Amino acid sequence: MPVEPPVTSPRVLAEAYAILADAPARPIAGGTDLMVALTGELGEPPERILDLWHLDELRGIALDGDAVTLGALTTYTEIRRSAVCHEHLPVLVEAAATIGAAQIQNRGTLGGNVANASPAGDTLPVLLAADASFVLGSARGERTVPAADFWPAYRRTALVPDELLLRIRIPLLAGREMRFRKVGTRRAQSISKVVVALGWRDGRAGAALEPVSPWSDVRLALGSVAATPIRATATEAAIEGRPPTPETADRAAETLAGELSPIDDVRSTAEYRRLVAARVLHRLIREAGGW
Amino acid sequence: MSAHRFTVNGAPVEVDVPGMRRLLDVLREELALTGTKEGCGEGECGACTVLLDGAPVDSCLVPICQVEGSSVATVEGLAPSAGALGPLQAAFLQTGGAQCGICTPGMLMAATAYLDAGGGPDDDAIRESIAGNLCRCTGYTKIVEAIALTAAGGGIRLTGAGTIDLGG
Repeated sequence: MPVEPPVTSPRVLAEAYAILADAPARPIAGGTDLMVALTGELGEPPERILDLWHLDELRGIALDGDAVTLGALTTYTEIRRSAVCHEHLPVLVEAAATIGAAQIQNRGTLGGNVANASPAGDTLPVLLAADASFVLGSARGERTVPAADFWPAYRRTALVPDELLLRIRIPLLAGREMRFRKVGTRRAQSISKVVVALGWRDGRAGAALEPVSPWSDVRLALGSVAATPIRATATEAAIEGRPPTPETADRAAETLAGELSPIDDVRSTAEYRRLVAARVLHRLIREAGGW
Repeated sequence: MSAHRFTVNGAPVEVDVPGMRRLLDVLREELALTGTKEGCGEGECGACTVLLDGAPVDSCLVPICQVEGSSVATVEGLAPSAGALGPLQAAFLQTGGAQCGICTPGMLMAATAYLDAGGGPDDDAIRESIAGNLCRCTGYTKIVEAIALTAAGGGIRLTGAGTIDLGG
């Protein structure tokens, strides 16, 4: 039977802050990562656990001016059912649908994906490509950290021991398009070999559809190809200011293959990841260009 | 140890166990509801699927402290009375949707969630609804047929109010 560290289940955030200020505790949200760790097969279990599940202050999806705010306890199922997400962040809905199956989507949370800091966290490239930021809180107050600064090293985050991730803020940019692709062993219930999220603005206003107008504000983020979720900034620069033509796609794919340095592990090889990431990017640009 | 209150198949229960005890273990060891099976114990196989407030979850991944105040439905709740089967269970029997049986309780609960949500006899939708449940025997086809049969509401000889007589 798994180990059962002592757990506290506060009902309000202030109580959770007080518990964390008193002694460090490993937070648990939907448990889809932590409960597996408690089988003892994945390193030392935590000494004590802080159960966040009853903190309703960390729930809810809201359109907040020019951003969508998602509480840290928002489940993937809630994202899939959210009218706000369908309208403003369909790419996040798409990503949520690829994570585990119904059983995992009903428990796994966006905040848990962020705080667990797995390089294979499927929503993390989407959050990076969307310029998301994370609101962290403690008894000392709140602060905001951009996604780009949140994962400094393998399985590390910007959270300090008495802090909790409260909500995720995703700015809405007029004219932004985003795409998501996950490559795994099977379509459901698999851990990713490569995750790609691509964002851009094509500057075309309203109905003046010009399929080859140049892209700006290009964002390319990837998962499972480095120790953390990453932005591929050299490849972004290779696409920036160019229309989605075959030349752009070739150049982007070639740049990305040179920019990535993935590793071999139980799920895939470095070479496969490099080739597939480049191929997926090429395909995303081709689909956007309509050729 | 602390007391945790919730309902199982409609009946209120209270258990006094550590808060991180898995719902799976509480069901099997404390409440003697051994219909729910442990497969992988890490949220991959779906054998331990139960409904928590109506939604399918892997009971191996849910600590009991998070079940406080909730309703749990297990495979034991599908049978309308002793010796009888519900329509979905009867359909599994009819199509041959079970072999070794380890995945069956989880399959039944995932499929129950699908049917409760109004799911129809659509192959792709049914397959998505059981994508979190692994079966190493059947090749899934007969399981999908059983769910489709139930969704279509036909093909099963029923006795009484939606149950099938097993002659027990």
